[in-house]
Amino acid sequence: MREVDYSRYEPVIGLEVHAQMLTKSKAYCSDAYDYGASANTDVSPISLGHPGTLPMHNVEVIRFAIKMGLACNCSITENQHYARKNYFYADLPKGYQITQDKTPICTGGHIELKFKDGKSKVINITRIHMEEDAGKSFHDQDVYDSLIDLNRAGVPLIEIVSEPDIRSGEEAHLYLSEIRKLLMYLDICDGNMEEGSMRCDANISVRLKGTEKFGTRVEVKNMNSFSNVKRAIDFEIKRQIDAIENAETISMETRTFDAIKGITISMRTKEGASDYRYFPEPDLPPIHISQSFIDEVQKQMPALPKDLYDKFTKQYGLNDYDASVLTDDKSTAIYFEEIIQHTTNVKSAANWLMVNVRSYLNDQALDLNQFALNPTQIAEIIQLIDEGKVSHSAASQKIFPEFIKQSDKTVLQIAQELNLLQESNTDELQKWIDVVLSKFPEKIIEYKNGKQNLLALFMGEVMKLSKGKADPKMASKMLKETLDKN
Amino acid sequence: MEITTEIINKLADLAKLEFSETETENLKKDMSQIISYIEKMNELDTENVEPLIFMTEETNVLRKDEVKTSITKAEALQNAASKDSDYFRVPKFIEK
Repeated sequence: MREVDYSRYEPVIGLEVHAQMLTKSKAYCSDAYDYGASANTDVSPISLGHPGTLPMHNVEVIRFAIKMGLACNCSITENQHYARKNYFYADLPKGYQITQDKTPICTGGHIELKFKDGKSKVINITRIHMEEDAGKSFHDQDVYDSLIDLNRAGVPLIEIVSEPDIRSGEEAHLYLSEIRKLLMYLDICDGNMEEGSMRCDANISVRLKGTEKFGTRVEVKNMNSFSNVKRAIDFEIKRQIDAIENAETISMETRTFDAIKGITISMRTKEGASDYRYFPEPDLPPIHISQSFIDEVQKQMPALPKDLYDKFTKQYGLNDYDASVLTDDKSTAIYFEEIIQHTTNVKSAANWLMVNVRSYLNDQALDLNQFALNPTQIAEIIQLIDEGKVSHSAASQKIFPEFIKQSDKTVLQIAQELNLLQESNTDELQKWIDVVLSKFPEKIIEYKNGKQNLLALFMGEVMKLSKGKADPKMASKMLKETLDKN
Repeated sequence: MEITTEIINKLADLAKLEFSETETENLKKDMSQIISYIEKMNELDTENVEPLIFMTEETNVLRKDEVKTSITKAEALQNAASKDSDYFRVPKFIEK
């Protein structure tokens, strides 16, 4: 078999992201929705699609969609109406999905991706529209029938459609992470891909580099985790290039990702594009968005990751890496901001959060909001170190784990109980230094004759004598002074 | 507009219906009649007329984001042709 030169080809990828909105009630009726609730309990005659029922629009969905639009630099459509997308499926009781066709709520935005090497790239957003989710079908639980749970029917979604600006699985992964970050900062979606509250479909084609014309587009579905999105796209790109190299034609089709085998499989070929017979939804009156409504939503917007990144680097002087990690999720960024309300040692606050707190949480498989210590308590630890009362290693290895167990105590109490408070009383330190030096008269002469590294030996003896309680910084300074006087 | 067998077949497919040959022939006739009746409207020049989508002038008929419980699971399943204690049951519609 001859070698395929994959670098001759350029993948062209556009993503469609569906995000479930974290409203209390559904999009067009007042049912609750709790993931994992007992089947067919979060339902009403409206979500069941009973004849004679009429949808009632939840205003919060409009606010949430506008928030995402503003976060993605989109224009907000002034006059909108809904459409019906008609198709038959057992988990769609009405026989149509309420969605937006001609007048999506947001159009024409973009988001910026930042790569590890410091480069960045803009991905344009075609549109964001509002629609409703369908119910769930289970095909494997019963031998004869498919089972239908309509709890999810009518849950509000926004669909975020990108331009075909994405060029690799890695870029797709990064784009998806950015979208998720925005959704979560805005507190409009929980971003959980495994539970399906955020879903992603990819439109993928490949073409020879330098050609204008797009190749035949294949849609890939069912990539239900971040790593699967990257794997599925990388696989599909390779599959298409191999097909072209073998002179096979790529058919316009929908493929599903098999996460176990790591491959995409044909689901259905699109024999003549599906005919959804969109038409304006007559049951929902049109929506008019005034500038004052947009202004009101704008006022509710929280700080976004980009704003916080700028603040952390410019105002607090953190480096790019620290600022990126700390703004990666909202709870970490908020926690960090609260620590530095109580300490001026910004760098130390960043390190404690990114290293000690994070590795503890990872070990215990906890979220930051389940963490026993509050930001003020982390600031107290930092203060104790900065005042020279405890060493950094004692604080991180002994005091921190104990403090988590006994968070009702003060960190000073913990340090006392563990006998880890350092001695920075100069009289006490001088006593230890004098004892040590009196034991090594010859070494003092060697030191005086230029054997500077003997300082480490004297320090070691001082630490030993003090049972580790001497403040090393202070002790080493005093030791030097004593030797110089000698 | 002529209603062909292909058009009837496509509509039947979209509506998940099946027609016999006689039924198809009858449908062709009926639908041709309906269409030609409606085609009368094409005589009007609507070049610069915005389509009228809604019959009322109302906009922004919106409700607050509040949860209201309306029916129980038993009530939800009550009218289903086939069900068990938790689910609506339908013929298996996915090919393995």
